[in-house]
Amino acid sequence: MTEEHAEAHEHTNYIKIWAILTFMLVLSILGPMIGIKWVTLIAAFGIAVVKAAMVGAYFMHLNIEKRYVWYMLFTALLFLGLFFFGVSPDVMKAEGSNWVNHNNMPVATEEVGHGDGHSE
Amino acid sequence: MSFQAPLATSRSVTGLPTGRLAIWWVVVSEIVIFGGLIACYVMFRLRHPEWGEYASHTSTPAGALNTFVLLTSSLSIVLAHQAAAAGNLVKSFRYIWCTIGGGGIFLLVKSYEWTTEISHGYTLFANNFWSFYYTATGLHGLHVIAGMVIMAIISIGVRKGEHLPRVEYIGIYWHFVDIVWLFLFPLFYIAK
Amino acid sequence: MAEAVTTAETTEGAHSHHGEPDFWSKYIFSTDHKMIAMQYMFTGMIMALIGGYMAYVFRMQLAFPGESVPGYGTVTPLAYNSLITNHGAIMIFWVAMPILIAALGNFLIPLMIGCDDMVFPRVNRLSYQIFLLSAIILIASFFVPGGGFGGAWTAYPPLSAQSQYNLTPFGAPMWLLAVALEFVAFLLGGINFITTTMNARAKGMKMYDIPIVVWMIVIASILFMASVGPLIAGAVMLLFDQVLGTTFYNPDAGGDPVLWQHLFWFFGHPEVYVVLLPAMGVVAEVITVFARKKLFAYKTILYTTFATGILSFFVWAHHQFIAGIDPRMAHIFTVTTVLISIPIAEMLFCYIATLYGGSIRLTTAMLFALSFLAEFLIGGVTGIYLGASGTDIYFHDTYFVLAHFHYTFFPIAIIGFFTAIYYWFPKMFGRMMNETWGKIHFWGTIICFNGIFLPLFVLGMGGQHRRIYNFNNFPDLATPEMQDLRIFATWSAVAMLVFQIPFLINFTVSLFKGKKAGKNPWNANTLEWVAPSPPPHGNFAEMPVVYRAPYEYSVPGREKDYWPQNMPD
Repeated sequence: MTEEHAEAHEHTNYIKIWAILTFMLVLSILGPMIGIKWVTLIAAFGIAVVKAAMVGAYFMHLNIEKRYVWYMLFTALLFLGLFFFGVSPDVMKAEGSNWVNHNNMPVATEEVGHGDGHSE
Repeated sequence: MSFQAPLATSRSVTGLPTGRLAIWWVVVSEIVIFGGLIACYVMFRLRHPEWGEYASHTSTPAGALNTFVLLTSSLSIVLAHQAAAAGNLVKSFRYIWCTIGGGGIFLLVKSYEWTTEISHGYTLFANNFWSFYYTATGLHGLHVIAGMVIMAIISIGVRKGEHLPRVEYIGIYWHFVDIVWLFLFPLFYIAK
Repeated sequence: MAEAVTTAETTEGAHSHHGEPDFWSKYIFSTDHKMIAMQYMFTGMIMALIGGYMAYVFRMQLAFPGESVPGYGTVTPLAYNSLITNHGAIMIFWVAMPILIAALGNFLIPLMIGCDDMVFPRVNRLSYQIFLLSAIILIASFFVPGGGFGGAWTAYPPLSAQSQYNLTPFGAPMWLLAVALEFVAFLLGGINFITTTMNARAKGMKMYDIPIVVWMIVIASILFMASVGPLIAGAVMLLFDQVLGTTFYNPDAGGDPVLWQHLFWFFGHPEVYVVLLPAMGVVAEVITVFARKKLFAYKTILYTTFATGILSFFVWAHHQFIAGIDPRMAHIFTVTTVLISIPIAEMLFCYIATLYGGSIRLTTAMLFALSFLAEFLIGGVTGIYLGASGTDIYFHDTYFVLAHFHYTFFPIAIIGFFTAIYYWFPKMFGRMMNETWGKIHFWGTIICFNGIFLPLFVLGMGGQHRRIYNFNNFPDLATPEMQDLRIFATWSAVAMLVFQIPFLINFTVSLFKGKKAGKNPWNANTLEWVAPSPPPHGNFAEMPVVYRAPYEYSVPGREKDYWPQNMPD
């Protein structure tokens, strides 16, 4: 078990992975300097996801780990996603069905979209 | 008091060593802790476009340097694991201490940043952006410190040739701390 | 031990090397899973007495407002708030959790899966020590200036976040710190339980050979781990709000108090299932043993447990229907809340089907297990009214809610614990408990329990609000009829506490003078009954090998009506 593991480690060139990661880091800093919003978002967060995936796969050896470890981690992320999407409708608005948070209204002029659920 | 590991620890029904299985569960629990904090921050951040203005006061070069330092320390701990697996204890010991050094540089840069920001009046209480900034980076910093202490303890065992799998386990933890930083960096430094 | 590990799986050799351990290493700093289980259990029992005493004090205040309570004195409004807050927190975090998860998990998992200890005994010991520290901090918080925290066990900000509102500048942070430490203790314990069950099972024990109670404790630990993370982050934020003056939850400064409610209930609702599942597992074990019949639909029970666990993450906002949440979300959460009753009901049906056609022995443990099904059913059925957002708007924060969740938590924490203790006492201490006294204890507890909470349903439907110090201030609620019901509930509570005395006497006397129990007094199948009673350090003289599923009772063609898991044929 550990021998196979050690074998597999030999095949990974860690320095190469590290060089790619560093290159992507440079990209993620240069990208936002262009000043286009979607380029910034992709450069900042898209690359962060790719970098995290590479660290996970090659440094944490998820690429050669048992599959269910990956499922464990992914389930934790799913629960987080659930938390985010369950909570964000409330926290990301400054008013509810029977309250308005005046101190907390966004300064942006555009109307925050709210659905047809508001009867009051 | 001498401690003998029970027979249970040596069993491996799943095929994973017990230590590695446990460290993966630690990572799972850490994912939801950091993830919960980051999710709260993201909700506030999307609500408040003006927070982009505050984020421009964080130092991108310092953050980038720290990202680089952590990525490099991740490399050195994985090399330490490789060396330990190959039986080269001296090399493994050195790589572990390289990683601890990386953590030290990270904390130095971090404390420089914090000092600069606090001296400009951006304290924990300035507004919610800064509260989140200090809470998230502070919690992350505590994990860096904990990792460094554990690595120092493990390095003693490595020199004696004991508990070598622990190098791999602490590596998994350290890479996780690295990954958390990979997300904190764009959230607090790049997105303006 | 090291040489034993590498060769044959036997712990026989290990014992001869040990001298007789001294008091400290045997009872206080032990790494043995059984001793840690006992530490958790006795700490939980002491905390239960403290929580019960608090209930006695505030029930007396509600029945006889303003009068001096025997054994306490006059209850001030601040003290009342602190009493109800800490009663709730103690009963959930320091009684239900340590007894059902930690004590039972520690005691049963290694024995039932056939190994000698937890995989990380020292982490286990650390987990108890952190838990003990958290209990000490909580108790200490009653004696600091300002008194214990009184912002309700849910700790909603801004009441909990700012001391000018809650008037407990020291009590509130200490309470929060105690809760956070308690979470850390159970995270450590949970990792241990999960890893042990995944990796250290006896030879031959496949997935479907694991006893249901072990499954349930492990699934509960996973639920706990996945749900508590955001709350730990949120607790740090609340602690900063309290101590340092940040404004995460302060609406005046751009914070959001509803965020805390979400963080709390995203953990808080799965937490209900975290404590429910081990109790359900205990009941499954007891019912199948005393019905002398194979557990009905083992796999269905297991799958409904998974379904319950997953669904439990989708229901949390039903606690917040009137908190100003998005009405569209309220619809979704109503549907998911009602959905979760399906797997739970299915599980209960499987238990009832197990009873059908069995040869039932009404021991005390079995009586408690059966009463669990009945009482929990009332709790579940009344929950439907609260899960539906329409009716919940009326019932919210009334005594109907209070009676509902006591009808779930009392069966879980108290009846579940008594079921377990009457069943596993012979294994824990090597002696039998007295059945007659057990039955007196059972009937006294169950009748008085219903006497407390049935009137509270009526009061709640009459509009009686929770967390009110003195109902005389509300003429609509201070009618003689309502006051009579309050007094009846209070005397039932007092009587129920008195009926715990037979249990404590029975427990203590049986500990030293009870009839000697053999290895397997109930003729049960699972592996813990293979070990001597009480099991020595290392549990098994020879590590058992598993040949079959755990519930093979009354198999046709066999002379005996049970068939232990480790018996080759």
